[in-house]
Amino acid sequence: MSGPNTDYDPVEVTPLRADEVEAMREAALTAVAGATTLEQLKQVRLEHAGERSPLALANREIGALPPQARKEAGMRVGQARGAVNQAIAARQSVLEAEHEARMLVEEAVDVTLPWDREPQGARHPLTTIQELVSDVFVAMGWEVAEGPEVEAEWLNFDALNLGADHPARTMQDTFWLEPADGGLVLRTHTSPVQARTMLTRTPPIYVICPGRVYRTDELDATHTPVFHQVEGLVVDRGISMAHLKGTLDHFAEAMFGEGITTRFRPSYFPFTEPSAEVDLVCFVCRGQAPAVEECRTCKGEGWIEWGGCGVVNPRVLTACGIDAETYSGFAFGMGLERTLMFRHGIKDMRDIVEGDVRFTLPFGTEI
Amino acid sequence: MRAPLSWLREYVDLPDDVTPTDLAHRLTALGLKLEALEAPGADIAGPLVVGRVLSYDDEPQKNGKVIRWCRVDVGPEHNDEDGGRGIVCGAHNFAVGDLVVVVLPGAVLPGPFPIAARKTYGHVSDGMICSTKELGLGEGHDGILVLDPRLDGDAKPGDDAIELLDLRDDVIEFEINPDRAYALSLRGIAREAALAYDVPFRDPARRDVPTPNDLGYPVRVEAEDGCPVFVTRTVTGFDPSAPTPRWLARRVQLAGMRPISLAVDVTNYVMLELGQPIHGYDGDRLTGPIVVRRAVEGEKLTTLDDVTRTLSAEDLLITDDTGPIGLAGVMGGRTTELSDSTSHVVIEAAHFTPVSIFRTARRHKLPSEASKRFERGVDPLLPSYAADRVAELLVRYGGGTVEDGVTYVGQPPAGRTVSAGVDLPARVTGMDIDAESVVAHLRAVGCAVTVDGDTLTAVPPTWRPDLNDPYDLVEEVARVVGYDGVPSVLPTAPAGRGLTTAQRLRRRVGLSLAGAGYVEVLTYPFVGESDWDALGLGADDDRRRTVRVANPLSEEQPVLRTTLVPGLLRTLARNAGRGQSDVALFETAPVYLPGAEQRSAAILGVDRRPSEDEWAELQAAIPDQPLHLAVALAGVRENAGWWGKGRPATWSDAVEAVRRVARAVGVEVEVRAATYAPWHPGRCAEVLVDGEVVGHAGELHPTVCKAYGVPPRTAFAEVDLDAVLARAVPIVPAPEFSTYPVAKEDVALVVDADVSAAAVAGTLREGAGELLESIRLFDLYTGEQIGAGKKSLAFALRFRAGDRTLTEAETGAARDAAVALAAERHGAVQRT
Repeated sequence: MSGPNTDYDPVEVTPLRADEVEAMREAALTAVAGATTLEQLKQVRLEHAGERSPLALANREIGALPPQARKEAGMRVGQARGAVNQAIAARQSVLEAEHEARMLVEEAVDVTLPWDREPQGARHPLTTIQELVSDVFVAMGWEVAEGPEVEAEWLNFDALNLGADHPARTMQDTFWLEPADGGLVLRTHTSPVQARTMLTRTPPIYVICPGRVYRTDELDATHTPVFHQVEGLVVDRGISMAHLKGTLDHFAEAMFGEGITTRFRPSYFPFTEPSAEVDLVCFVCRGQAPAVEECRTCKGEGWIEWGGCGVVNPRVLTACGIDAETYSGFAFGMGLERTLMFRHGIKDMRDIVEGDVRFTLPFGTEI
Repeated sequence: MRAPLSWLREYVDLPDDVTPTDLAHRLTALGLKLEALEAPGADIAGPLVVGRVLSYDDEPQKNGKVIRWCRVDVGPEHNDEDGGRGIVCGAHNFAVGDLVVVVLPGAVLPGPFPIAARKTYGHVSDGMICSTKELGLGEGHDGILVLDPRLDGDAKPGDDAIELLDLRDDVIEFEINPDRAYALSLRGIAREAALAYDVPFRDPARRDVPTPNDLGYPVRVEAEDGCPVFVTRTVTGFDPSAPTPRWLARRVQLAGMRPISLAVDVTNYVMLELGQPIHGYDGDRLTGPIVVRRAVEGEKLTTLDDVTRTLSAEDLLITDDTGPIGLAGVMGGRTTELSDSTSHVVIEAAHFTPVSIFRTARRHKLPSEASKRFERGVDPLLPSYAADRVAELLVRYGGGTVEDGVTYVGQPPAGRTVSAGVDLPARVTGMDIDAESVVAHLRAVGCAVTVDGDTLTAVPPTWRPDLNDPYDLVEEVARVVGYDGVPSVLPTAPAGRGLTTAQRLRRRVGLSLAGAGYVEVLTYPFVGESDWDALGLGADDDRRRTVRVANPLSEEQPVLRTTLVPGLLRTLARNAGRGQSDVALFETAPVYLPGAEQRSAAILGVDRRPSEDEWAELQAAIPDQPLHLAVALAGVRENAGWWGKGRPATWSDAVEAVRRVARAVGVEVEVRAATYAPWHPGRCAEVLVDGEVVGHAGELHPTVCKAYGVPPRTAFAEVDLDAVLARAVPIVPAPEFSTYPVAKEDVALVVDADVSAAAVAGTLREGAGELLESIRLFDLYTGEQIGAGKKSLAFALRFRAGDRTLTEAETGAARDAAVALAAERHGAVQRT
């Protein structure tokens, strides 16, 4: 349909003839439709839309046409190239989608293959329980106090109203350090940290002290010469046994679950007066019949012995420089191995101390 | 303290329906802790009867034994048509006509041990003749129990032996705290039981005693501070062969002591009854007056347990003209003890000062029933009553006469008064306890109480030497009210500061190692000197300077660790021995380092706060106890699997563990080669922080692995964690970084094999200058291509400027400068 090339070159340019362009377009579209892989489509793009493709070559001839014919020829070729490019793009998406779908199928793996390449690790449950206990009290505004394991005899005993001739000294089988009159022991309880705290801080004092302690017991299923306690100490104005009870009830719930409360039984510790043993409602049977009869955790008692506690003996306050008229306090302490044993159903103390990785690993997820 | 219920009921009118469990729980609520409940004889089932031996034949057996084939009359109810039963017996300590105890088929003895007729030694034994042991009456002598006409005169064949021998009872065992010495007696426990049920108490010590006179056995107390009261009574004409009444022996036995002879059993009985220890002397073996005095240093005494003891000048002695005859309040002496021929008994009932007894018992490691009571405090009014009670029982069951002489030397310590605000119990316990109740409860425990305004004054009873302070009265009131009444009130602490930095960092250290596959263990700190040899420590190695335990559990491990190596290796060996040979362990624990000079930690006063100087000195006497961290690895660190090959744990894992910990707490560490026991001399790194060596890491020396039985090539690291944590930066400054493009350059340098990678990296960093952003060793090669004794280190360098894009020329120049410096310092040659 191009008009005569009157003012430049009368010769008609063959490739720009309408039927020729149409043929090129048809050929290209057929080739696109026939491409079944991305590889083939790439070849089709080269042949039919590349720089040496018939339509591209035809496009170059447009300049040879007389000006009045250029517009029409340009439109014709342009439309044809547009259609081809569009078809290629459409085909490209289809083929890519097909390719991806195929790849996803082909790349499937056996996700059940094990990955035990790196070893498992875990912290010891005695560590995590010390942190758990600390966190319960830190959440109430208490702080965590610490002291040395090799301790002055005076702090371990005398300052706590356990003078050299106190019969209760023999209740705690002590590791003495040489020389015999050197005044040093391996601390028999975490209570010297109480004394240290009172000697180095001023009331109000609210501290918790987990730590390692020593007594000359041979290792067996229920004893170990090296064990852990947690000690709590409060010195403030107007502190009473009721505050002690409230604190232990809260502690018990935090450790063992809602509804687990405590009870007191009169006892004796030189550093507290009045003194009490603290029992815990058995968190397994909750002391409820008929479960309590069969309960192996509390042995049918409904209660579990947990630790000792009491009102700080004013003599201890005095030795530590705290005015016993103005301030009063309470203290409590419990064994952490024992707590672990009944909390987790550990049957033998030796499992806790021997360091067998099979014991410790399952506690790795404890926080 | 073991309390037979039948005995207890003599002093307190307990309701008939009170069960031992109920009683035990009520007394526990008052402060006498239940230790155990026993029902001796509860498993016995009859028929268990008295029998008379009618006849017997001794029949020798092939096995050498001679058995007795007996006819025993067991009463008309149980006899066969021929008026008896045939019973085989292995014992020979009886004669025809003796009364014995026979258990018949169908019965059950303690054990439980069911009895049936059985064929033995060619006869059918239709029952069994019992020994004391079989009846649960204690060990006794060999042979069977022959009833004693003096004790069992009325017994006849067929009588129930369960009742005759008091075989059934209930016994409550209490754990008595040191402050409740009075409860180391039936008297004390009965008093508490009366309080528990609010029923009358009959005091067994309340009796009329004769007035002291000068006719008694002469006594002189030279050590009045140790012996405020000394009482003697004398019994003459006593029959030493008289048997102990069955009920008395049974009570002594159920209370946990061994019946021995009438005289000894009576002194023990009265001690159990009243709480007053008694000592009996054979009066015929005493020479001259009894003198109570302190020992002369080095003096000797052979005590009842046949041990000859060398005495200290602090020991309190009972002596006569022959010298020491007893360790006062602790144990009597051999020479004057009651024997099976004693007919003249001198009874001692004294009051000794607790501290003196406590020290002597501890010094001679001789805890006795007597010392246990004296050191906790005995009612000082008891001696007269107790001595009188002993004399009464001796004469009642052993005959003879109580002499008129009553010696009483000294006087009981004066009573004390304790004053307190009447509101103190309410304030201290948080319970509503009004003044009236306070007074009533204190009186209930035996105090004499007067009230003046808001203040009460209590005179504690003589049996309560533990009541000295106002707070002691509070506990008495509280336990009578009941601890169950204490309300639950959560106190409000002031705002806290949370965990300290060190506490938080320690948690991170543990978490990071657990995350890296290490399992935490907690080992004992006890080690032995042989460990230092096993570790190959030099003779003057600081780690041999230790804190020593005076009373170690094991003589092989008498010192406290100065390194975590031995404990952790033993744990590793235990795991390997149990089949876990691929392990990575860690431990965080203190080591104990004695100071340069030995200092004593003073025993300060307790009536005031120590002065600043005293406190500082006390602190200085306590050894340094820095927290150490150690890791031990053995076996496979990464498993082989479908992904490819595995990897053994090596020295580098140990070094990396230290780096990991340092990274976790934000501390930079430097590593360099070192030689340090117990590590492999060529595979040991020392770890430095701020130029200070804080630990070591690497592979252990092969002989160390062998010595501890851990796998070869076990890797180990130990650092002073406190020293590392001290360098942690509490507030991390924000990093500055460039957004301009990075330029990468790789260089491979050939150096001598002994040049360290860290040194080369440091040199490259220095030579490359400020444009260098990072450097990383990505390959190490040794082999033919570069020749023997050489290694090739390949580093990836990243360059970047903060203000521009670097040109190739700039990057190249920086790289060349780095390589040039490495060439100069280490003779490094760049591989091309």
